[in-house]
Amino acid sequence: MKIGFYPGCSLKGGSREYAESVLAVAKAFEIELKEISDWNCCGATAAHNLNKDLSLSLPTRILAQAEKDGLEEILVPCAACYSRLTVTQHELAKDEELRNRICGIINMEYKGTAKILNIIQFIEKYVLENIRFKMHHNLDYKVACYYGCLLVRPHDILKFDRVEDPQSMDKIMRELGATPIDWAFKTECCGAGMSVSRTDLVAKLSGNIIEDALDRGAEAIIVACPMCQSNLDMRRPDIDKYLNRKTKIPAIYITQAIGMALGLGETDLGLQRHFVPVALPEKDHSLDSNNTVSQIQEGEK
Amino acid sequence: MQSHDDHAGVLTLSDEVRHSVEVNSLKCYQCGKCSAGCPLSSDMDYPPSVLMRMLQTGRKDLEEKILRSYTIWLCLACEMCIARCPMEIDIPKVMDYLRERSLKEGKATPRAKDIIAFHKSFLLSIEKTGRLYEIGLIVAYKSKTYHMMQDVNLAPGMYVRGKLAILPEIIKGRKNLGEIFRKTLKKKEESK
Amino acid sequence: MARIGVFICHCGENISATVDCAKVAATASGFQGVTYSIDYKYMCSDPGQTMIKEAIKEHKLTGVVVAACSPRMHEPTFRRACAEAGLNPFLCEMANLREHCSWVHEKGDTTTNKAIDIVRMLVEKVKLNEPLTPVKVPVTKTALVIGGGVAGIQAALDIANTGHKVVMIERDPSIGGHMSQLSETFPTLDCSQCILTPRMVEVAQHPNITLYTYAELESLDGFVGNFKVKIRKKSKSLDEKACTGCGLCTTKCPNKKIPSEFELGLGFRTAIYVPFPQAVPNKPVIDRVNCTYYTKGKCRVCEKVCPTKAIRFDQEDEILELEVGAIVLATGFNVLKTDFFPEYGYGKYKDVITGLQFERLASASGPTLGAIRRPSDGAVPKKVVFIACAGSRDPAKGIEYCSKICCMYTAKHAMLYKHKVHEGTPYVFYMDIRAGGKMYEEFVRRAIDQDGAQYIRGRVSKIYEKNGKLFVYGADTLLNAEPVVIEADMVVLASAGVANEGAETLAQKLHVSYDAYKFFAEAHPKLKPVETNTAGIFLAGACQAPKDIPESVAAASGAASKVAGLFANDELTRDPMIAVVNRSAPPHYSSCVGCFLCQTVCPYNAIEQEEIKTRDGKLIKTIAYINPGLCQGCGTCVALCRSKSIDILGYSHNQVFTEVMALLND
Repeated sequence: MKIGFYPGCSLKGGSREYAESVLAVAKAFEIELKEISDWNCCGATAAHNLNKDLSLSLPTRILAQAEKDGLEEILVPCAACYSRLTVTQHELAKDEELRNRICGIINMEYKGTAKILNIIQFIEKYVLENIRFKMHHNLDYKVACYYGCLLVRPHDILKFDRVEDPQSMDKIMRELGATPIDWAFKTECCGAGMSVSRTDLVAKLSGNIIEDALDRGAEAIIVACPMCQSNLDMRRPDIDKYLNRKTKIPAIYITQAIGMALGLGETDLGLQRHFVPVALPEKDHSLDSNNTVSQIQEGEK
Repeated sequence: MQSHDDHAGVLTLSDEVRHSVEVNSLKCYQCGKCSAGCPLSSDMDYPPSVLMRMLQTGRKDLEEKILRSYTIWLCLACEMCIARCPMEIDIPKVMDYLRERSLKEGKATPRAKDIIAFHKSFLLSIEKTGRLYEIGLIVAYKSKTYHMMQDVNLAPGMYVRGKLAILPEIIKGRKNLGEIFRKTLKKKEESK
Repeated sequence: MARIGVFICHCGENISATVDCAKVAATASGFQGVTYSIDYKYMCSDPGQTMIKEAIKEHKLTGVVVAACSPRMHEPTFRRACAEAGLNPFLCEMANLREHCSWVHEKGDTTTNKAIDIVRMLVEKVKLNEPLTPVKVPVTKTALVIGGGVAGIQAALDIANTGHKVVMIERDPSIGGHMSQLSETFPTLDCSQCILTPRMVEVAQHPNITLYTYAELESLDGFVGNFKVKIRKKSKSLDEKACTGCGLCTTKCPNKKIPSEFELGLGFRTAIYVPFPQAVPNKPVIDRVNCTYYTKGKCRVCEKVCPTKAIRFDQEDEILELEVGAIVLATGFNVLKTDFFPEYGYGKYKDVITGLQFERLASASGPTLGAIRRPSDGAVPKKVVFIACAGSRDPAKGIEYCSKICCMYTAKHAMLYKHKVHEGTPYVFYMDIRAGGKMYEEFVRRAIDQDGAQYIRGRVSKIYEKNGKLFVYGADTLLNAEPVVIEADMVVLASAGVANEGAETLAQKLHVSYDAYKFFAEAHPKLKPVETNTAGIFLAGACQAPKDIPESVAAASGAASKVAGLFANDELTRDPMIAVVNRSAPPHYSSCVGCFLCQTVCPYNAIEQEEIKTRDGKLIKTIAYINPGLCQGCGTCVALCRSKSIDILGYSHNQVFTEVMALLND
């Protein structure tokens, strides 16, 4: 099957490994991802902070392009892009006058029919039920699933998982043989777009996240947003300074985790591009299908 | 000392917020749950519940303080406040509106210089090419803020990991994008 | 010849603000058949009513139209006035100029003209009114009290003490309700069970009260004064007469780990159990859902040890049929459980409990014998955070209202905790303090200024557990919304008071209205707080809205007095505006063809079959007959009857058409 793909700016640049792992996983499950033609930046935080019309126009152009391409479903791995696209679609659907104005600004036809999927929804729909057949080994680690802000909020519009203590990523990780921990910072902000302008605040917020994960015995943090990953990974020196300790816990994309369990190569998944090395301790990785099944049942209780 | 009745018959900032983004600040009963859950509440000059109170009173002097506050620029738009607010007040939307107003009226606090510079540099990069060009973003940011040495040690790390494109990616619809910017961010203001 | 009197009321300003009453009166005086027409400020007042009575006598009126508020407000008032002046009360009609006209339109000529039209319609109608005599029905002087909490107990005792019989049913194995779960009550800090149990015993022993516990209402038929109820006595698996309440069975039952409902999950009970030591009746029931015998067919230890052989494993539910004249609803309320709160842990943190659970900890007969201990590890909590407004005043969570009692019991909890754990610190996160009752404000101030409760104004955004501590993230809105983080040992949520489970089903069985929150609806929020819109059914206590003990007791006594008022008559006078099947001269006898469709739709089972026979006893035809004692005048049969053989006295087809024609023939 063919699904539309909106990588967004980070997946092309600073978070290249996310795109690599998404494509690797899609390939492993024989899903064709068609990149939207001539897509533009969604505007991310900057646009909605400075100008409402711009913040709606940029995502609408992307959705209009997708419609032109005849794409019914679009995978948007970046949580911020997912948020902007979904919120824009929602706002334009409920206000006809606004919709007409924005269409006038972008000078394109727009129907608002595309279904927007975040990375977790994509995995749940197209990957999850077949993972066990392609597993190479269990990811036998304790992991902290970090959802960040924009996958689950605002709930009224996104209607995805639950706002407090979401479980969708945890479920996927359990399927991979991992043990997701119960922890307190699942949906607390990492510092978002302040990475450059107020790095100290990112150090504080992301530092608190890493500290709680470590205190509860996590060996890896699993993420689904390139901004979060960058703050937790690239900004680790600042975080370590804030926490006054040297931390080694890696921040891994959910698609990289899946790829690892599938036995895909390190470079296929872009693991070598991380600042904090993805060096998980050696364990007996032998796949025990009973083990995997019982872990899923445990998780679903 | 201004009394709270001063605004009878005059449109307040709260009224304008209500018309533009359909948020009624009077619903706020000051429970403080937003401030309690906001990750940067203690860094702000006015935590979100305090800002909401200032908005509610309709007082001109407090409206000035709101538009000149650091709060609206520190806000991460993490949406935690609205997720917890018992009155379901869309605080992030109000913040977006206040930011735009603050810039339009030239009241953005100097403390937020770097934050605003970053946003503007980001958008400048997109306007030119359609997609973010990191080097372009950093150059623009540094030329606005003069933080020349910031993150300089990161660049090599980014480059060897293949995360730093030397050349920008320019989309075909670049002209279309320029049009979009001209009709929105760069729109010539009609004289007030 | 019709001699109609028209009386236009200003209703203060309610009508005269938008309707020109003088003009209406003047115009009405010109209507054919109207002998006297006047307007006045308050027709329902004493001078107003005197005006009507004198006009009836002076002008020998044959009919009266009072154009004023809704007949639902004052029809009885004006009918009584007419009766006192010697005019049959059913020759008095009300024209609704308020709800139907003045209140819904702006001031102006169109509004006045509409008022004139309404008066005209009623004048034409009243010309066709016939004098009617109220129907009398007997009253069964037994009351049914549903619910055995403090409200039900009070109502039952009050009614029983007037000399009338009471049947009380309670669905739990014991009466007592939530009050029996409390430790001490505000504002006096009386021991709750100490003041309640004497009343509970009095109910059990009162000669006029029959108590059925573990029983629920199965169905209700009939109407005020003449209800027919079916009660389901759930099987206790016990011969109550043989049982002495010795309690041996409960000590020997091997199934000891069932979470106790009374202890709200903080303690356990056995499968054959008495909910608490002071239970009334102090006789056990067997929980068939968990009992080993019923689930697996083994055990039967209780049967073996019972000295009086009172256990009856194959006892079945019993349906009792009763006739009662009045019903008091006192089914109480419940509180939200901790799993309702996503940001406070979805109920997974053992040391986050509700206020009601805290009562069990503080209670001397509770799972910790009155010691405040953490449910997780039994340790003494040194820092306890109390969160007021947990769920209440929270439209996002679907509960807009204030639960009223939480400010008071939170202050009480803070004080009780401090009295028991001297070195502990109670923190209270609040939004407002609602302490409006007698001695209530003083009580709360005592908690704050003397007993060391730290009150912080702000709501708590989130709670999580780490290393056995609960991290509470709040804010002090009185200090510039500064974040306040407390590492607490225990958190008590003053969770919202909500309608009890099964309230909706019960209300539907009784045809009693309820609101969006499933609380039962009072007939009028100001003037009829203990009555419902269903005649003969009264409300007492928290089933109507969250309320504290003094208010529940007051409401219960109020409901009891209404019941006593009802029972003060041997007969009830019923509205004579009922349906009648027409009768005519032979050979037709009636236009009714005997299809009996009416019988199938009558909600009150008021329609019977009547045989018309010749003098020799030969059957001519069978037609419908409406029992005047049962008919409620709902009009369903009237609308349905295809031969138009049924009409309502005082509201006939003819009268309705006349009103319409009066409107059209302007």
